[in-house]
Amino acid sequence: MATDGTGLRKLRLAAPVSDEDLKRIRPGDIVYLDGVIYTGREGVYRKVVTEGADPPVDLQGVSNVNFHCSPAAAVQDDGSYRIGAVTATASFRFSHALPTWFEKTGCKMVIGKGGMSPKDYRETFVPVGAVYLTTVGYGTGALLGRGIREVVAAHWIEELGIAQAMWILRVEKFGPLIADSDLAGNSLFESQNAAINERIESLYRGLKLPALRRHGETDDKTEELI
Amino acid sequence: MISAERIEEAAYGAMFRAGIEIPEDYEAGLREIAKSETGDLSAFVIEAMLENYEAARQDRRAMCADTGLPRWFVKIGNEARLEGGFIELERRLRRATARATHDIPLRPNRVHPLSRRDHNNNVGINAPEIDYSFEPDANWIDIITVHKGGLFGSDYRMLFPADGIDGIRRFFMDTLIAFGKRGLACQPAIVGIGLGGSKDVCMTLGKHAACLRIVGDRNPDPDVAKLEDELKALGNDIGMGAMGFLGSAMVIDCHIEVGDCHTGGMPMSVHTFCLASRRAVARIHADGRIETRTDPNWFTPYMRRESVEWRQTEPA
Ligand code: SF4
Repeated sequence: MATDGTGLRKLRLAAPVSDEDLKRIRPGDIVYLDGVIYTGREGVYRKVVTEGADPPVDLQGVSNVNFHCSPAAAVQDDGSYRIGAVTATASFRFSHALPTWFEKTGCKMVIGKGGMSPKDYRETFVPVGAVYLTTVGYGTGALLGRGIREVVAAHWIEELGIAQAMWILRVEKFGPLIADSDLAGNSLFESQNAAINERIESLYRGLKLPALRRHGETDDKTEELI
Repeated sequence: MISAERIEEAAYGAMFRAGIEIPEDYEAGLREIAKSETGDLSAFVIEAMLENYEAARQDRRAMCADTGLPRWFVKIGNEARLEGGFIELERRLRRATARATHDIPLRPNRVHPLSRRDHNNNVGINAPEIDYSFEPDANWIDIITVHKGGLFGSDYRMLFPADGIDGIRRFFMDTLIAFGKRGLACQPAIVGIGLGGSKDVCMTLGKHAACLRIVGDRNPDPDVAKLEDELKALGNDIGMGAMGFLGSAMVIDCHIEVGDCHTGGMPMSVHTFCLASRRAVARIHADGRIETRTDPNWFTPYMRRESVEWRQTEPA
């Protein structure tokens, strides 16, 4: 553990991640990973969660870190893979898939973009002892790409395409990542949003109301908009 | 006559530069905004982004793995002649897109909206988009590529004249707050605003304002330029920085493009060009020379021409 001039705490953790390390993580920590992680997003979730297929490998024996990402990768002429940059995709869209995914794979750490809702942390993450880390930027694709040492395997690449395939990656000093949730379900994004929300009302004070309001600002479709 | 071979070469090179090298105006703007950022997490994010640009340049790898939608803007001098005409030009731009996607590599992002079929090369139905504009008294063509990221951060609204500047401020903040939370817009961003025009042109003007003007550039109309300054300051006063963390670095710059619109309305669109504001330009001269730059210089006086070119007779 170390801190730099910013006062932010920095952790370097092994993947698969141990229960002990999971306990150390606090919202707002800067985290780097060494070890093995795998990618999985809507294509993989559709097959495993919706269609009931088994994961292409026994993930319990591979890693417990699921990265919501698809790499900028190309299949070389000799059949090997070249990875350029990697960036996460917005995780809130996968809320429905995670309960089954956790149960089937033993996943304990999700890396993605933008965090999940406090409800997801309470109801899905906390019961199984999982935490969420967000990528930074979010465009730090080149830095994260540097952290990838080797493509261990690429599963379902024919069926799902490069972007949606499950990539198993060996990483070194993979980051920076920022911890959003901890084992108790606290969320950095939630606390930051709450602080920002306090100011919002005053920003709009004095601005006259629009001539026409619109659906979407309310779910009540019976409400008069003018 | 500009050869088709040169067009493909220029376009292929522009794809690499756009994907790998952050334009200097954006990077300088980010360094500038970082100076006044007080939020520690937001400042950490910006620091990481600056390191990321450096890593991308050193390793010659894409700065962001989300390719966004790579697309083309072509400005054609009125006197330019192209080998094979426009059909060959489009064929070459599509080929350059596919080849560069594999060779950089960029992530193939383009899929069919329903079947999700992926050709693995960023080329497909109506993709990449190719927009055209023209320039009088020139015999060159400018090939501009933009890799526009972001599923989040753009919105359109039909405002009305009575809504006035307050309506513009309101919609501007609505959009930044909605998409700025959790940093879904990958801010600090260049915010482009389309004001007026028909609905579709309003969207196009805003998109072009975000992607085809550089940081520091101001609209030649002083009233519009004043509004650009005002909205930039307003965005940076929301209290939100990079990734939606507490801070102030939200808007690197604000660009507004206007078009005359229906007398009863005031359509407005908002677009954000993210931390991977990727654009590159290649000018091909009539003698085949290729000159590269990062400023699209899209909005020339001819593009923004204000009125009819002939003398109007005053009504009696
Ligand atoms: S919005 Fe921009 S920086 Fe963010 S992931 Fe997409 S392309 Fe990258």
